[in-house]
Amino acid sequence: MNHLILLTGMRVRLALRNRMFFFFSIVMPLVFFFLYAAVFGKSEPRTVAYLLGPVLGLNVMGSFWGLSAALVGFREQGILRRFHVSPVTELDMLLSSIFANYALALPTLVIELALARYMFRVPSLGDLFSVWLLITTGIVSFGSLGLVIASVTNTMQETQVLNQLLWLPLIFLSGATIPFTVLSKTVQHIALFLPATYLVHGLKRAIVESAHPTSLLIPLLSLTVWFILTLFLSTQLFRWEPEAKIGRKAKLYVAATAIPFLLLGLWEAKYGRVIAEENTTIQRLDAAEKAEKDKAQQAPKSPAETPEAPALEKH
Amino acid sequence: MPEPVIRVENLVKRYGDVEAVRGVSFSVSEGEVFGLLGPNGAGKTSTIEILEGLRNADSGTAVVCGYDPGKDAAALKYVIGAALQSTALPDKLRVMEALKLFASFYKANKNPEELLKRFGLEEKRNAFYSQLSGGQKQRLALAIALINDPKVVFLDEPTAGLDPQVRREIYDIIEELKRDKKTIVLTTHYIEEAERLCDRVAIIDHGKVIKEGTPSQFKQASGDKTRIEVRLARPESDATLKNLEGVSDCRALNGAYVLHCQRPPQAIVALVKHLETQNNELVSLEIFTPSLEDVFIELTGRRLRD
Repeated sequence: MNHLILLTGMRVRLALRNRMFFFFSIVMPLVFFFLYAAVFGKSEPRTVAYLLGPVLGLNVMGSFWGLSAALVGFREQGILRRFHVSPVTELDMLLSSIFANYALALPTLVIELALARYMFRVPSLGDLFSVWLLITTGIVSFGSLGLVIASVTNTMQETQVLNQLLWLPLIFLSGATIPFTVLSKTVQHIALFLPATYLVHGLKRAIVESAHPTSLLIPLLSLTVWFILTLFLSTQLFRWEPEAKIGRKAKLYVAATAIPFLLLGLWEAKYGRVIAEENTTIQRLDAAEKAEKDKAQQAPKSPAETPEAPALEKH
Repeated sequence: MPEPVIRVENLVKRYGDVEAVRGVSFSVSEGEVFGLLGPNGAGKTSTIEILEGLRNADSGTAVVCGYDPGKDAAALKYVIGAALQSTALPDKLRVMEALKLFASFYKANKNPEELLKRFGLEEKRNAFYSQLSGGQKQRLALAIALINDPKVVFLDEPTAGLDPQVRREIYDIIEELKRDKKTIVLTTHYIEEAERLCDRVAIIDHGKVIKEGTPSQFKQASGDKTRIEVRLARPESDATLKNLEGVSDCRALNGAYVLHCQRPPQAIVALVKHLETQNNELVSLEIFTPSLEDVFIELTGRRLRD
């Protein structure tokens, strides 16, 4: 156990000593946060709360980029083979990657939640336990996807291409960047096959509607099953040696990682509630905004009509 | 006779159509320094990596400290130490962090502080791996290889690419291990390394052990013949040079002539006289004392670094 802690510590230290990590894992997410909150959300607390789910989801999803690139870099430089000749196992390497990624990603997410609450005056961050559970399952499962990518790609170039191919649909179809309700019905149905959709949807509900974990079983369980599957596949496909190339057939294992969400997507399309809930959430937000506007319009205009007026009269 | 610490029989390793190891057999006793000497691509690294449990053999038997590296690699890794040929540590990992990290992988381990001192890395304890020189990186690799106080140490080309002074420093360290009675298997293509460090050497070429013995046995077998390498202005026939007084053998090798002589002064005089009669000129002449290189040339007709 001690060696797993030290391996994790090593990965954390190496990341913190890397300027690229600082830029991509701290600066960029915060830039996105301010872009969403101040520009898209116009600093309006209720809208910022609604956008918090997508912005946190975007950070969580990004886990697979860093993990896959780091592991492939280790393999290409011959670093993994040095560990291979020691008693370190495949699972040790993979778990330490996931733990380190979790430890590195969490602070930025906490900072974003704190900024939303205290800088943008979001009245409530919803059910924080649900938010934490979704963030945790999200980081470990997307991180584990990164490990599968590292295992099925032979070079850093291949890794970056595959990352990009996965990243684009994840961010554009899941509701993390383009609001889910804006998407056409067909695209919404395609999005039901993506893990990111359930993560972003779950986060929105946990924050905006204070959804309890029991009402978020679908995203939580699906991400957990996905994590177990991707971790298992990455242990089976793990390669220590730079010259140990993987065959084309093995690359199909990446397709196997889609199985849980393929099944869930089919079920959701027929019996599910994600699309309906997305519509309800946005309708509630619109209604609340409208009510606020109406309230503002009905508000008394002269000082004498303000609630303070009677109090002033008493004096 | 005690059971050898390492026993290898008919080891075969293929990479696709290429047979890198073709029936290698040898054994290593406890406390012995055993060298696999051969040119690049001879199959040394593949053999040693099978013994370390990093690669699986296609056929043959290997037993290291009682373990089959193909089946018991997990247990084997606790009792061996290795400095691999092509490996690295993360650039931003500090020297002391690396030692402590690797120490944590083993149940029993040596004190990282002691190893830092022993390998002259005390001043570099907080240096990043990327800041170390080639020699310092190799010393760190050796320190890590010894962190678990292993029964067998595998050193794959421990001085490859290092300058002569650093190479001598590494030799000193390996000689110290030898004095500590560590069982060491090292691969090398440096003759002087094998001669200086190894108790026994297996000469390996094209995936096969072509000769095995102690360095002194090899020299005796080559008849303690001095090697004279000459370059001439115009080519001569090998047979003519071989018949010169004091010359026992002659081979043309990469534009030079390699003469093996038991009486070098007579051979040189005879050569100069012969060249005068042939109106030929001596371009260069080098004299080498008997070495494993001669054995290798004798056995393969090539130099180790060809």
